[in-house]
Amino acid sequence: MSLKIEHLDHIYAAGSPFEFQALKDINVELEDGCFIALIGHTGSGKSTLIQHLNGLIEPTSGTVYLDGQDIFDQSKEDLIKTRFSVGLVFQYPEHQLFEETVAKDVAYGPKNLKLPEDEIHERVKWAIEMVGLDYGKIKDVSPFELSGGQMRRVAIAGVLAMRPKVLILDEPTAGLDPHGRDMILGQIQKLHKAAHNTVILVSHSMEDVGRYADRILVMYHGKAVYYDTPTQVFRHVDELEKMGLAVPQVKYLMRALKKQYPEINDDLFTVEDARDEIERVLGREHHV
Amino acid sequence: MFKDITLGQYYPTGSVIHRLDPRTKINFTFAYIILLFVVNNPVGYLIAIGILALVIALSKIPFVYVARGLKPLIFIVVLTFVLNMFMTPGQVLWQWKFLHISRQGLKLSIFMSLRLVLLVTGTSIMTLATSPMDLTDGMEADMSVIPGIKRFAHDLAMMMSIALRFIPTLMEETDKIIKAQKARGADFETGNLIERAKALIPILVPLFVSAFRRADELATAMEARCYRGGAGRTRMYVLSYQKADTIAYVVLAATAAAMILSRFISYPWPFPFN
Repeated sequence: MSLKIEHLDHIYAAGSPFEFQALKDINVELEDGCFIALIGHTGSGKSTLIQHLNGLIEPTSGTVYLDGQDIFDQSKEDLIKTRFSVGLVFQYPEHQLFEETVAKDVAYGPKNLKLPEDEIHERVKWAIEMVGLDYGKIKDVSPFELSGGQMRRVAIAGVLAMRPKVLILDEPTAGLDPHGRDMILGQIQKLHKAAHNTVILVSHSMEDVGRYADRILVMYHGKAVYYDTPTQVFRHVDELEKMGLAVPQVKYLMRALKKQYPEINDDLFTVEDARDEIERVLGREHHV
Repeated sequence: MFKDITLGQYYPTGSVIHRLDPRTKINFTFAYIILLFVVNNPVGYLIAIGILALVIALSKIPFVYVARGLKPLIFIVVLTFVLNMFMTPGQVLWQWKFLHISRQGLKLSIFMSLRLVLLVTGTSIMTLATSPMDLTDGMEADMSVIPGIKRFAHDLAMMMSIALRFIPTLMEETDKIIKAQKARGADFETGNLIERAKALIPILVPLFVSAFRRADELATAMEARCYRGGAGRTRMYVLSYQKADTIAYVVLAATAAAMILSRFISYPWPFPFN
């Protein structure tokens, strides 16, 4: 499903002294099946933007098209259907858990979809396993008895169970330990590779962004500044730093190395790729 | 959905009213509320409206913004108006079948709804022009001169300031939870009464959980900073009356006198309703 954002503006508390323009004329077409990272410093409008993508907040002007359909120009029933197509996982999603058991909580979305009982059951099982939890062990446990990381995964499963074609995650790894972070992002990538769904990941970790994203959308003061591949976006090191952002640590290393070894490729963002490239260039030199 | 509630919201403009001592504003508002129940005649109401208009003008808060706080009250005001108009017995002015309007009813309906509007506007202008911190400081200072309450003044003020502090936080939280459940296809707008009430469970449970969590975290944070109640506590900013406060009290005294005296004027027709 393609998402096309056209001339999107959003002004909070218009007409009061707290008036604040969060989005300024955003024009982006998010391709189908891409893993898109959304980066920008705090208050740059990321959260406001993603809430427009499934119609949770209405734009002041401009609109969003989902497969050509203007999502703000449709009936209430269709808007609710849009929300099943565009799944949004909020920051700290564990704060929205409410049911008596994990399985019931995950089933909330599919139930609202009015699916048949057996399909709800199948989806709940699939979603809980998708986030790396043991369905048999956890399904009858109260979500409030779980650890923070497990609660987070159950909450994400609650959105996955709707099988959204576009999955948006607002900092899904905030406050998790490194293991929990890799676990969640790994599962999301696995799902993305298997289902070819569009993923939009809001993240402050340039390492994660460099590792997982096909495209990066950079927001700054409510504007979409760059929308390109990680290679292209991370070439703007100085501009990104001025926006309070950074590039992956590996990129800094490779850039520094490039000054010494001009033939080195510095468009690399993961430790593994960097190791191979350094071995290729320096290893060869070593043998000479 | 909570954007329309102006009561308890602060609207900073830095005006004379904003800079008044919070005690002055609280006492003024308190006296104003009492005076509204003393008044029983058109001149008194005119003075009440006039003084409120003066305060709103001085506060530099846009009138539309103040008036927005009345929105949730429209129903009650209209109901008060209609009930008083048709249900008050007295000298009948107009009649149609079982409906009748009496002189007394007309007077009561106008005065009662006016009183409601002035009450709400008067109190909301105080909260709009006083930051929550100032407000609780003022209340604490006011309470600590009342024998009996004196001992609890600090605790009451602290409870109040925490409550006030958490109103916007919990509203934000509610808004976030509503959005999160909407993102999972929740529908709060259709269905019958029972279905709609049931639809609130996914909001209320997480809201209570988060309110308890926040209370617990706050208590820990206060203890970590050695909070032990009001005994021996000093203030960074000590409240002190300025010239503007003296003027405000003089204005208040004059208004009160005028409003009370207005009860004793003999009014020409059609005013002596009773």
